[in-house]
Amino acid sequence: MTTADATETARESSTAAARTSRDLRLEALTKRFTAFTAVHELDLVVPSGSFFALLGPSGCGKTTTLRMIAGLDQPTGGRVYLGDDDVTTLKPYKRPVNTVFQSYALFPHLTIFDNVAFGLRRRGRKDVRKAVDDMLDLVELDMHARKKPMQLSGGQQQRVALARALINEPEVLLLDEPLGALDLKLRRQMQIELKRIQLEVGLTFVHVTHDQEEAMTMADTIAVMNGGLIEQMGAPSELYENPATTFVANFLGQSNLIRGEVVAGGDGPELVVDVHGSKIGAARERARVHEGAVWVGIRPEKVYVAAAGEEESSDANTVGGGTVTDTSFIGVSTQYLVRMPWDQELTVFEQNTGSRPVFPPGTPVDLHWSRAHTFVLDARQDASAGVETVDDAP
Amino acid sequence: MSALTQTPAEDAPPEPPDEERPALGRRYTGYLLILPGVLWLGLFFLIPFYSLVATSLYDPAGTVFSGYEMTWAWSNFDNAVTDNWQPLLRSFLFGGLATVFCLLLGYPLAYAIAFKAGRWKYLMLVLVIAPFFTSFLIRTISWQLILADNGFVVDTLQTLRILGADDRLLNTPIAVVAGLTYNFLPFMVLPLYASLDKIDHRLIEAASDLYASPIRGFAKVTLPLSMPGVVAGTLLTFIPAAGDFINAELLGRPSDSMVGNVIQQYFSGGNNYPDAAALSMILMALILGMVLLYVRRAGTEDLV
Amino acid sequence: MTALSRSGRWISDHIILIVGLLVLAYTFVPIAVVVLMSFNAPEARLTYQFDGFTWHNWTNPCEPEGMCDAVVLSLEIGLLATIGATILGTLMAFALVRHRFAGRTTANLVIFLPMATPEIVMGSSLLALFVGTGFSGDLGFWTILIAHIMFCLSFVVVTVKARLTGLDSTLEQAAMDLYANEWQTFWRVTFPLVFPGILGAALLAFSLSFDDFIVTNLNAGNEVTFPMFVWGSAQRDIPMQINVIGTAMFLVSVLIVLAGSLRGRRRATA
Repeated sequence: MTTADATETARESSTAAARTSRDLRLEALTKRFTAFTAVHELDLVVPSGSFFALLGPSGCGKTTTLRMIAGLDQPTGGRVYLGDDDVTTLKPYKRPVNTVFQSYALFPHLTIFDNVAFGLRRRGRKDVRKAVDDMLDLVELDMHARKKPMQLSGGQQQRVALARALINEPEVLLLDEPLGALDLKLRRQMQIELKRIQLEVGLTFVHVTHDQEEAMTMADTIAVMNGGLIEQMGAPSELYENPATTFVANFLGQSNLIRGEVVAGGDGPELVVDVHGSKIGAARERARVHEGAVWVGIRPEKVYVAAAGEEESSDANTVGGGTVTDTSFIGVSTQYLVRMPWDQELTVFEQNTGSRPVFPPGTPVDLHWSRAHTFVLDARQDASAGVETVDDAP
Repeated sequence: MSALTQTPAEDAPPEPPDEERPALGRRYTGYLLILPGVLWLGLFFLIPFYSLVATSLYDPAGTVFSGYEMTWAWSNFDNAVTDNWQPLLRSFLFGGLATVFCLLLGYPLAYAIAFKAGRWKYLMLVLVIAPFFTSFLIRTISWQLILADNGFVVDTLQTLRILGADDRLLNTPIAVVAGLTYNFLPFMVLPLYASLDKIDHRLIEAASDLYASPIRGFAKVTLPLSMPGVVAGTLLTFIPAAGDFINAELLGRPSDSMVGNVIQQYFSGGNNYPDAAALSMILMALILGMVLLYVRRAGTEDLV
Repeated sequence: MTALSRSGRWISDHIILIVGLLVLAYTFVPIAVVVLMSFNAPEARLTYQFDGFTWHNWTNPCEPEGMCDAVVLSLEIGLLATIGATILGTLMAFALVRHRFAGRTTANLVIFLPMATPEIVMGSSLLALFVGTGFSGDLGFWTILIAHIMFCLSFVVVTVKARLTGLDSTLEQAAMDLYANEWQTFWRVTFPLVFPGILGAALLAFSLSFDDFIVTNLNAGNEVTFPMFVWGSAQRDIPMQINVIGTAMFLVSVLIVLAGSLRGRRRATA
């Protein structure tokens, strides 16, 4: 059985699955414990066939949500729908939903073959050989069918867990941080693999992770969760370029957030914000509030460092009077920390194209960026929300 | 996945105690499952215990055949202690000595299995338990042979001048303690091993990295961490040892009798149930006191 | 390094292991005696020493009167007690580990106490119960069996519980996620994984039952189990066939353990 045949079979069954699989819909889904609320009235629609990521830090409620979709936990409020069918109270073995667990949860007393065949056999299928062999080919583990899980490496076990879930062609495949235990290179590889498989097979994937790079690489849609609530939901580029809250701005990549006051343009297409004396322009659609105190946001890679006093195009936003305090060479880019006159340190990433000078610490500089890249957030939000400190790191 | 590489269950809220336990059944399944066993124990352990308490207060003038009268004879306890304070004392002495020797012998063995055995670990554990699949009465009788007056052991010790020419080993307190030590050794070794085995080797490496000599490393790191095993082993050894009478009977003289011997005699004599019961109660009370002290410190979850 | 200091170094590195092995050897000394004495041809009665070698004891194992009956009785009771204690104890272990109920502390204490009670106290209190309820004339097979199940229970619970707590509950969740209902999950995932613990508990219960003397002696009435037979003959005249039985017991249990570990080893590499 060649890989080509295997993928062909997968594609055939995928179109069948795509035809019958329905949208996953969460309605005011809530999980309340005696001490705290893990998930707070979540509303969500995952279109069938999409790759959906639930992204957030530890304790934000993403795994709890996943378990409620799978039926392993019961919600204290709200409902779960597959299409028009209310599956909220259905037992896990009655739902066309399968899970890839964070710890893989492979049955240690069964062979790889029996592990993968488990779901099919419980549903009464007698002749499982071909299906299992095809699936093992798909994840490239056909040589190990007779082995036991503990004889395989972490990466191989992860693929068995995936095969074991996929083979049942569920309407929704749930993945609970499945790549967490793999080393970096293997993780990157598996990210691409998973995405490829999802496209081929056409199933709905719901992927829970705390790794924002992983989410952005793989998902069509990301929902950023924090404290049981969804902060923002949308395509990765949308979330990244136009964050709705300081949490999203800081959790996805890095942001510079500078305090300012809206001075003009409340009704027009462009806002003007006074940022410590400099006038900053931003498109109205990229501003979440249009008056009063705001955070002016700009991503570090969008900022241009220039020697103090140099002219820039009038289209650019400029804040001047900064001094470089740190210059770090990171291979792909150079990272600057620039201390501004109002005592805030801003971060700048400049790609090492080789055509730009490198500014050593102590150089007086001005920072420029395009108006189109500015985003504006409500100043009442916490500017440090979502920033990962040393204490948070897993 | 070792503990080093495994990312912690990111999201799991501190497992809300008892709320989300994967209760595979309904609310009352727990009660149903535990009921038959608890009933059995209640019927044949707790109630007999109550019976024992009652018996200890019967009129000692009765017999098994004529029946006993409940006369709230608290004097039975008094009599039991005054008549038998020597066996009581001996029980705790012999039991205590045996426990200490078990600890001295058993700790190196448990340590060797846990840290030095490598791939022979399982085999050595089996070897520790294997002798005790033979009837312990037969084994104790064998000690009679080994410690006999003209036997190899006594002869050697006499040649080495450790024993005088007229001294013997059999039918002495030494033999009784030796027998107790031997018989209860696995009860000390197994909990010790279980505790030692759980110790993370990297802690000891860290100690030596921080300039501790092997002995200091042991005293400051290994020994304290093995304390749960030491306590469990001590309890599991001392309690049956103090209550034993077989070693005393087979390896000692009548004047070496322990509490167990006395109780046995009272019962098999047929006449002295109340006194026997009173003595049993006293023994039990002393032991329970020790157990409760332990429970007060460590709770009950690790008991079973 | 001189040869002496080299060997000195080797000893100090391995001292713990050497001491441990010595202690282990010490535990086998009586066994060696038992095996040796099973081949003994006693010259005189009432002395217990090795006089001469013979196969006689092994070829006529049931020569002593009443011994084989006692062995059979012990085996019968052992079997029934094992079944009873294992079933009840496994149920209890599951309740303690997997379910919630009020009174855990009480249950834990009640289960622990038989392990902490000296046999003489357990035996005598049980006898007191039987006498007090008027069964003093009926002491025999059933009273022995009741007693054995009683004191084996706790050990079964401890053994199975240890195995069960080590079982990752995610595995059962995974099974249900893969379309197994509660019953199927139990039989296909939980039970196979707990089984080694249950088996170990059963073996432990059997050896505890077969070897028990103190509790049995007090509650046996006119019945004679093997340990009671040994005790009786220790007061009088010890037939060498006792050592034959003892040696046989040792060999059988070693064989069982070896078979088990070989099977486990083979499974792991298959």
